[in-house]
Amino acid sequence: MRVMAQMAMVMNLDKCIGCHTCSVTCKQAWTNRSGVEYVWFNNVESRPGQGYPRTYQDQERWQGGWVRTRSGRLKPRAGGRLRKLLGIFANPKLPAMRDYYEPWTYDYEHLLSAPAGEDTPVARPKSLLTGQDTKVTWSANWDDSLAGGNEIAAGDPVLRQVADRVRQEYEKAFLFFLPRICEHCLNPSCAASCPSGAIYKRAEDGIVLVDQDRCRGWRMCVTGCPYKKVYFNHRTGKAEKCTFCFPRIEIGQPTICSETCVGRLRYIGLMLYDADAVAAAAAVKDETDLYAAQRSVFLDPRDPRVAAEARAAGIPDDWIEAAARSPVWDLIMRYEVALPLHPEYRTMPMVWYIPPLSPVVDVLRDTGHDGENAGNLFGAVDALRIPVEYLAGLFTAGDPAPVRAVLNRLAAMRAYQRRINLGEPRNESIATAVGMTGAQLDDMYRLLAIAKYEERYVIPAAHAEDAHRLEQLGTECSLDYDGGPGMYQTGPFGEASGTAVPVQVETFHMLRSRQTADAGTDPGDQPRRVNLLNWDGKGRPAGLFPPRRDPDDGGGQ
Amino acid sequence: MNTNVLLWVVYPYLAIAVLVGGLIWRYRYDKFGWTTRSSQLYESAVLRWGSPMFHFGVLLVLIGHVGGLLVPKSWTEAVGVTEHTYHLTAVFVGTVAGLCTLIGMAILIARRRLTGPVFAATTRNDKAMYVVLAAVIVLGLWATVKANVAGDGYDYRQTVSPWFRSLFYLSPDPELMAGVPASFQAHVLAAFALFAFWPFTRLVHAFSAPVGYLTRPYVVYRSRDARPGLRPARRGWGGPPSAPTTRRGTPARPTERSRGGR
Repeated sequence: MRVMAQMAMVMNLDKCIGCHTCSVTCKQAWTNRSGVEYVWFNNVESRPGQGYPRTYQDQERWQGGWVRTRSGRLKPRAGGRLRKLLGIFANPKLPAMRDYYEPWTYDYEHLLSAPAGEDTPVARPKSLLTGQDTKVTWSANWDDSLAGGNEIAAGDPVLRQVADRVRQEYEKAFLFFLPRICEHCLNPSCAASCPSGAIYKRAEDGIVLVDQDRCRGWRMCVTGCPYKKVYFNHRTGKAEKCTFCFPRIEIGQPTICSETCVGRLRYIGLMLYDADAVAAAAAVKDETDLYAAQRSVFLDPRDPRVAAEARAAGIPDDWIEAAARSPVWDLIMRYEVALPLHPEYRTMPMVWYIPPLSPVVDVLRDTGHDGENAGNLFGAVDALRIPVEYLAGLFTAGDPAPVRAVLNRLAAMRAYQRRINLGEPRNESIATAVGMTGAQLDDMYRLLAIAKYEERYVIPAAHAEDAHRLEQLGTECSLDYDGGPGMYQTGPFGEASGTAVPVQVETFHMLRSRQTADAGTDPGDQPRRVNLLNWDGKGRPAGLFPPRRDPDDGGGQ
Repeated sequence: MNTNVLLWVVYPYLAIAVLVGGLIWRYRYDKFGWTTRSSQLYESAVLRWGSPMFHFGVLLVLIGHVGGLLVPKSWTEAVGVTEHTYHLTAVFVGTVAGLCTLIGMAILIARRRLTGPVFAATTRNDKAMYVVLAAVIVLGLWATVKANVAGDGYDYRQTVSPWFRSLFYLSPDPELMAGVPASFQAHVLAAFALFAFWPFTRLVHAFSAPVGYLTRPYVVYRSRDARPGLRPARRGWGGPPSAPTTRRGTPARPTERSRGGR
């Protein structure tokens, strides 16, 4: 047994209202730059829908993920090492810009500079690739909330798998949202596809990162990732991907997408797993066994034997303790309501989802039934094939049984809690019908409905004694605070040249306090400027106004 | 100092020094810029033909040059390859590979000029590089074709090859190059110009050909302590997205580092 820790996430899809706040804040934090205009480390897709990039789930076409060879081993679907190298001069399976969308801006300048004339000037869309006029015809969420209707949704590869049987019922449209980030897989096929070895899995917390100094732009990772969550920066010629906001995670903060999630639907916590068991679990023969196989590699941190092994593997005690409190563990292993996204890609994804019960409840309500009644719900989960089979296509490689079990548990929790809410006696039979107890349903309800910040995000900070080795806290130089010596980042060859000062143990605490404190951290040693963008409107930050002069100085205000 | 020494001793050594020093400097100072800067995301259909054609062609040309320049004539004759056999093979394979390279390059350059986004992403450095690279290839092909069509072949293994090797023995013999036909001389001079320019262009990606991939385990684990004090991300963080500015229909090159976005 080789114990490793993995930072993992669970999203509760019932709570996603498709507001895209996660996408926007992620974009502001990470991809608000030239070259990655089209990139969304976090995107929210409407389901059914084509996704972003379009039809990425169609692995016949895009060749992402792993396949099991006849000898029972895994190899990247797009081909092994030799084939990758032979195809390196023109990757045959790279999505084109049009599969994402052509990024654009508007010619706002024209609104101000247009000569006086008959017509009101308009800001025309301009391509960010060529600078020329363009037509906006697609985007990262063009088919948001089933926009485009059947015409676009019919191109959904998951729907196509089940469609033969249920297309007629499609008029009873169901809709839910699927927020997606990088899965930070236990068996990442992007890393396996990288010829340079620039993509790596961090041994401490399992976060998958691209070393920007080692990436040579061979772009095989884009093909290798079946979720298409590695992107090519077309200006710098380097691959970029979701970082699980590692600078925040390292100081115990949740990712930006989680922090700003309006529905509070994301949970972050540690999972301990047996790294030696991953390869075998990812290579089980039957695709529908992959969900169970992945669960089997997770290790119970409360098991003293596991804890001892973890300690022996160098995992700090507070991490083991955090793993024992992990909400992700509870949702995946204890309540068994979270499912992996597309386990059939054999990458062992580590961002899991609680499938939405709401399509079922909606159908019940629309047909005049009581959508909170346990009997109705159980019956509907069994009877309604569209949502269940579609969800199975997303989460369990097409096996409806686990999805049905999860939806039944969610339904039971709903019915059980409604009785309590209405002052009726607790009905244990509802809990036993789904193999749980009333107390467990209470706990699950607490975690899903009212868990506070500290319960949703159980993130042990990286160790301060490791601070000198941390890759980089924040993305800034430690000396470029306002007025600091690095403020303008000037080197011998002008702006942004030269080597910056890396994070050192001396600056670790200042950086941490700067990222966690409510107030700004002021080194207090320099005359300073004020960055109004950082001013929250409260108080009067030092330097906002010039210093008061004494009246008898002759000047004054 | 006579011209011979200048052209066939000083100049090649200078070029090699710039190549080696430049590569070291670039690797130390600009690992982030060390990339293919692939434009496949913009355009894929033409690239699928042009790029493999050019690259495989150029690899073949490279192998041919290693065989012709570094392997002494006496060695090949020792294993029974006569001058005639060698010459036939070299001219045939060389011409095919050279044409492949040239056609591939023509396709790539045409694509670069005619595809809007690709042209917009082309830097002045790229253009200069294309000129030098094309010059080397064209001059090389021209020398081969001219010697074998007009004359009845030229045995560069008596002159150019020993001279080239003599550079590495550190006892350069410029006299060997004195009588070489002008076409070959021009090719050699252009080639050394390319070597000197190499470290400062996108061509550096050739030196990071990922052969290690063949033996590496698929998934790489790396500990946070493996590389202490990584430098902070900086380039590529060049502020909000901006359209390439167009000047008289000519989109300018994108700026990698622009106004401090932070």
